[in-house]
Amino acid sequence: MAKLTGDTESGVLTLRVARYNPEQDEAARPQEWKVKILPGMTVLDALFAIKEEQDGSLAFRCSCRMGVCGSCGMFINGKPRLACNTQVSELGSVVEVAPLPNHDAIKDLVPDLSLTFSRHRAVLPYLMRRDTAEMESPTREYHQTPEELARYVQFTYCLKCSLCLAACPTAATKEQFLGPQALGQVYRYVADSRDEGLAERAGVVDASHGVFGCHLAGACSEACPKGVDPALAIQLLKRSLFSGPPHRSAAQVVPAFPEGHQTPEAAVRPKAPPPSV
Amino acid sequence: MATQVKVPTQEAVPPRLSMRLGLRGWVYAGRYPAERYLYILHRLSGLGLILYLPLHVWVTGRRLQGPEVWQQTMAVLSRPVFVAGEMLILAAFVFHAFNGFRLLFGHLGCALGKPAHPVYPYPVALHRQRSMTVALMVLASAFLAFGVWNLLTK
Ligand code: SF4
Ligand code: FES
Repeated sequence: MAKLTGDTESGVLTLRVARYNPEQDEAARPQEWKVKILPGMTVLDALFAIKEEQDGSLAFRCSCRMGVCGSCGMFINGKPRLACNTQVSELGSVVEVAPLPNHDAIKDLVPDLSLTFSRHRAVLPYLMRRDTAEMESPTREYHQTPEELARYVQFTYCLKCSLCLAACPTAATKEQFLGPQALGQVYRYVADSRDEGLAERAGVVDASHGVFGCHLAGACSEACPKGVDPALAIQLLKRSLFSGPPHRSAAQVVPAFPEGHQTPEAAVRPKAPPPSV
Repeated sequence: MATQVKVPTQEAVPPRLSMRLGLRGWVYAGRYPAERYLYILHRLSGLGLILYLPLHVWVTGRRLQGPEVWQQTMAVLSRPVFVAGEMLILAAFVFHAFNGFRLLFGHLGCALGKPAHPVYPYPVALHRQRSMTVALMVLASAFLAFGVWNLLTK
């Protein structure tokens, strides 16, 4: 049979997992399994193979299995990665898996992401407008050009997978640090031409545990699986704190339809001609 | 008949295992690229310079105690171990200054490029600074070489 992966001669993968059972263990305990490599196998597939065939007690978290939900973040061969997004063929014949650094492990490879989520909530991650009446009950649309969209669209891809926090050296030593995920999302909204919430958000992030806790090590952007580049977002956020958001004024509301627009029904159904006697 | 309501009891949360890396998280750059290593060097050089500062103030303060004391101090400082120390301080200073320029640009959002629709393989903005980083490090090395040559030939 043809060799299935570049690195593994035998077609067998050794998985060394740092396990933790809160009911028994004081510290992480390594355990090893061997798994037969299949074509296209991801680390998540290998963990499933263990769970199904060798040890049903192994705990890990996943949902979409396609790099979209952000549930399966783990520390794989020295880097935080999404297990479902990492092919075993790129890792060699021994793969070491541990729970995400800088987080608490609940059990085995299941990290506690609640702090990430609460920090995300703390930075007011939604559009804020001065015209609150229009915001609450919109009558028309906010106008935004493709160029204005390009200023922030990259940052909207964030999965909240927390890999960036696992990579961040500030988060490693400073527990209160808001972290690349939340700070990146602040800029996502600040750079949105429909938003006017910079001043409110500045109150949350203009601090040493906020934006100025970032010393530009850049590890977050290396770890991010979606190309969000939180390090870029944070530096642009610092600039915005000095000189305002990238847009001059907030987007204006525009009529949903241009003047003289007819609904499709009205357009295809011509009016009946006046009755002729 | 009153139905009996079962009041949920507060279950004890099982203990969590803290995976916070602490100091190891910033002194170990592992598989991350150059900027992550520059981050460590920047902090270490900064720490070195801060620790050197009180020593420097104390040494220059000796000048107040008259020419003899000053001569003595200078004689001690010309020993090879102190000259080597001086070179280290110089290296830390030059590196910290030039890398500081890079960081200053970065922190102001300059020389990082613009955000765009992410297309795989995803670009990383810090990599766009690489040529500037190399140029700054070459300049730093030139300054350092000049300083060391000066120290050795004075
Ligand atoms: S910025 Fe990237 S690494 Fe961080 S939570 Fe969002 S998707 Fe994950
Ligand atoms: S399972 Fe959804 S990102 Fe991996």
